[in-house]
Amino acid sequence: MDSLRLYVRLIACSLRGQLAYRATFLTKLVGNFAVTVFEFLGIWALFTRFGTLGGWTLREVALLYGTVDVGFALADMLSRGFDRFGTILKAGEFDRMLLRPRSTVLQLLGYELRLFKLGRLAQGAIILAWAAGAVDWTPARVGLLGFSIAGTYALFLGIIVLQATSAFWTIETLEVWSAFTYGGNYAGEYPLSIYKRWFQRVFTAVIPLGLTTYYPARAILGRDDLDGFHAVAPLGGIVFAALAFGVWRLGLRRHASTGS
Amino acid sequence: MSGYLAIVAARFRSLLQYRAAALGGLFTQVFFGLVRIMILEAFYAASSTPAPMALPHVIGYIWLGQATLLLIPWRNDEDVAEQIRSGAVVYELTRPLDLYGIWLARSIAWRTAPVLLRMVPMFVIAMLVLPILAPEWALAPPSAASFALWIPCFAGAVLLSAAVSALMTVSLMWTIAGDGVAMLVATLATMFGGLIIPLPLFPDWARQIIYALPFAGLMDFPSRVFTGDIAPSGAAWVLAHQLAWTGALVALGRWLVSRGVRRLVVQGG
Repeated sequence: MDSLRLYVRLIACSLRGQLAYRATFLTKLVGNFAVTVFEFLGIWALFTRFGTLGGWTLREVALLYGTVDVGFALADMLSRGFDRFGTILKAGEFDRMLLRPRSTVLQLLGYELRLFKLGRLAQGAIILAWAAGAVDWTPARVGLLGFSIAGTYALFLGIIVLQATSAFWTIETLEVWSAFTYGGNYAGEYPLSIYKRWFQRVFTAVIPLGLTTYYPARAILGRDDLDGFHAVAPLGGIVFAALAFGVWRLGLRRHASTGS
Repeated sequence: MSGYLAIVAARFRSLLQYRAAALGGLFTQVFFGLVRIMILEAFYAASSTPAPMALPHVIGYIWLGQATLLLIPWRNDEDVAEQIRSGAVVYELTRPLDLYGIWLARSIAWRTAPVLLRMVPMFVIAMLVLPILAPEWALAPPSAASFALWIPCFAGAVLLSAAVSALMTVSLMWTIAGDGVAMLVATLATMFGGLIIPLPLFPDWARQIIYALPFAGLMDFPSRVFTGDIAPSGAAWVLAHQLAWTGALVALGRWLVSRGVRRLVVQGG
């Protein structure tokens, strides 16, 4: 409970800091919103030209797009400390965190909440709401959508934690990880079925994005029956995050500071 | 002139140091390239009506886009941004060089070294490795003429990109913490530069407008000259578009700097 209160205070500090530069904040927010709107306009343009994508309509793809964008935006907003971990480690800032009587995970999660990322979140939510208008909702489907977003959030958080953990070995945060964060977000906006077999396998078994977004979306859209498999599929993202935090603890044991 | 050339050369050499970063980015760029190709292949497979761009041209276009990704002006020149924030920009004013010229020279180096570092390994993968692993996804110019004409068009894109970057630097004189302007320009450039979808695939009514914008000259036109989607005879038009926009943006930048310097107040006199 005490941890939660501290977390809220850390976040509140970060928000006040960003709102001090109001004009910069607003342009960044608009910019972040515009980037994602343009991405969706690109998809819209392709659908106007080609009609369908592997048997999916634009509004069906929008459900996938909204789910993965909301999940990613949440993870991207709430994990800045892990995202910047290479810099934090290099500057010796992490050693100061270790001295404090609080868990490093809590301190890194509360490091900064980048408010302008609300732009992507808002855009994802709007697209999701538009897609939702065409879905035949049942309580089970509503629940599955919530679980799907939670699983996607957990999965991206897990990837960002792994990215941070790798910095214990490499010091720098390697750009390779963007393939899985931004690249995963991008690939997840489209139905998994359009990709090559090997790619589908990677995004189901290794990075279970297919489990957290694609299969739930099929059940919500009525393409598949909502059976036991579809109901538990998003759990894959949560298991992934749990494993990632396990690896983080291993890395932490190895940590030997960058200072002399 | 030699002063500006020295700035370009020094900056170019220092930017060439970031070789590991370029290799780290390579994996991500190949990944994005593969995903984009698979998505567009799926769209093409679903459609029976002929598209305004053939699929092999689209594939080549995607690889060239990934190779020259850093022609898109993503960020501000942080060194100059810091100078403007701290007031150190006055030192630049004491040099026997024009302030805008210094910034343009820095931008030219910034739009060359990092692009080349990423382009060369990307070409090796797309032109030499992919023909063995996945021949249908490989990159190859249709003729020697297309490749030869791509080179000046690429140079034109570098100049145009540098002019856009210099203009972003100039905007810092007014905004101080100008991440917002950089973000807006980068957004427009990704959309109207052909990084989200190839420009010929936009709806017909929108295309003529998008082609007229400066962003089309950064990545879209040169890539299409390379793949043969724009015939060799069209290359002259591409160069004219790039140079006209470069000239206009440079003139605008110079004018803005001369106004900005007039109202510049240096604290601590």
